[in-house]
Amino acid sequence: MTRLIDTIAIIAAILAIWLGLYAYAGDVAITSPWRTFAFAAELFCRRSFWDNVGATIAAFAMALLISAVAGVAFGLALGMRRFAGEVAEPVLGALYTIPKVTLYPVMLLIFGLGLSAKVAFGVIHGIIPVILFTLAAVKNVQPVLLRTARVLRLGPTETALSVLAPAVAPEIITGLRVGFALTLLGVLIGEMFASQRGLGYLIINGIEVHDVRMTTTVTLIVIVFAVAANGLMLALDRRAHRTSQM
Amino acid sequence: MTRSRRIVWTRIALVAGAVGGIELMCRLEVIKPLTMIAPSQMALELGRMIATGEIIAPAAYTFMEVGAAFVVSIVAGGALGALVHALPRLRRAVDPLLASWYAVPFFVFYPLLIALFGLNALPLIAIGVIFAAPAMMLSTLAGLDLVPRVLRKVARAHRLSRLQEARLITFPSAAPYLFTGLKLAFAYSLIGIIAGEFILSSGGLGYGISYAYESFENRTMYALMLFVLLIATGVNGLLHTWDGRLARRRGIT
Repeated sequence: MTRLIDTIAIIAAILAIWLGLYAYAGDVAITSPWRTFAFAAELFCRRSFWDNVGATIAAFAMALLISAVAGVAFGLALGMRRFAGEVAEPVLGALYTIPKVTLYPVMLLIFGLGLSAKVAFGVIHGIIPVILFTLAAVKNVQPVLLRTARVLRLGPTETALSVLAPAVAPEIITGLRVGFALTLLGVLIGEMFASQRGLGYLIINGIEVHDVRMTTTVTLIVIVFAVAANGLMLALDRRAHRTSQM
Repeated sequence: MTRSRRIVWTRIALVAGAVGGIELMCRLEVIKPLTMIAPSQMALELGRMIATGEIIAPAAYTFMEVGAAFVVSIVAGGALGALVHALPRLRRAVDPLLASWYAVPFFVFYPLLIALFGLNALPLIAIGVIFAAPAMMLSTLAGLDLVPRVLRKVARAHRLSRLQEARLITFPSAAPYLFTGLKLAFAYSLIGIIAGEFILSSGGLGYGISYAYESFENRTMYALMLFVLLIATGVNGLLHTWDGRLARRRGIT
């Protein structure tokens, strides 16, 4: 019950800020909530809108798959070899710090316009946090757990499955959650520059032709999707962390 | 050679090898000069731009923005983190929002921010803060969450006042996480501001790159990219070293 009230309060607060901004900046910068909802309903009835949604989802799914699988694999490999991990971690951290948008000319020159550039953009944004979280999770496994495994004379496979995996799973899930969000951001940015389709394209096109209503509405849809998906993963994340603490 | 030396040298060798590989591929024209110029040429061009001073104005502009956004993010993010930590009810409500923060492409709000702040550096600083403050906030929350319960009990056993507890127990215990927040806040301010400049600005390094790209000045573009890369890596490396030193002093290497 309190949760419901919390949620309603937050939504009310956001609407209030939105209305305040609208009152201050006016139609040149943002549309009012009600007009945005109405236009969203209108968009949902358009075939072409769903084509764009499909394009984004296809690129996002592919990028997420690559980020998750390759990220966890790299993270595990680097985490288990301490030396390699320590060599790689600051390099990865530095890569994470680079404003990747500036690399977009290079990405375009390598991948050309279209799906592969979008996916590549999503992957370069999403993969590094997944690697870093996995690496940190493996590195920070309490030594006592591994010592216990040794005392119990568990083999490497048994250790990995019954000690290591449960110990690192919660952090990896957190990493995947962060990776999810950043991959989505990367794909959207990719679409803004390197594509003629997708939600990111609708946003940037809205900015360019000054279709404020389109920009605001699509932004809202993206945010609602991201927050909803993330809420789901957060619940999963919490559960994993809770069970691991028992 | 000690272990840490070996790690550093391996790292240097790795990076040098990667740069050397790119250099070779560019020189052999496996990578066409239209796609990418050789790293040595980038460095030469960057050196020329520094010598003539043409890089100073955009760099100073960007640094000013990043510095302002960084400071605001640290203060606001840390304070908000502590506040939200103290109010579990508020926290439950804002958590999903905070956690999906980075999925939102904030620079679409740039036209709105210009309408709010005017056409100057403020909208970009605002974007930097929007990017960086939540990272600091999340790190603060993580640090406060992970203060071991036994330390809290020690504080209670010694009848410390709330202020004493915060100064003597909570802050030192959370410090490594706060430092991570600092690192992230720098990274995110830089990312947010350069991205903002790149897309929708009229000054700074990001704008320089985008302008050079659009006018096919590959040399300028890559020199500026190299500069941003060096700054990001340099500051990050500095913070990383400092971080390691802090961790060693606390005996958690």
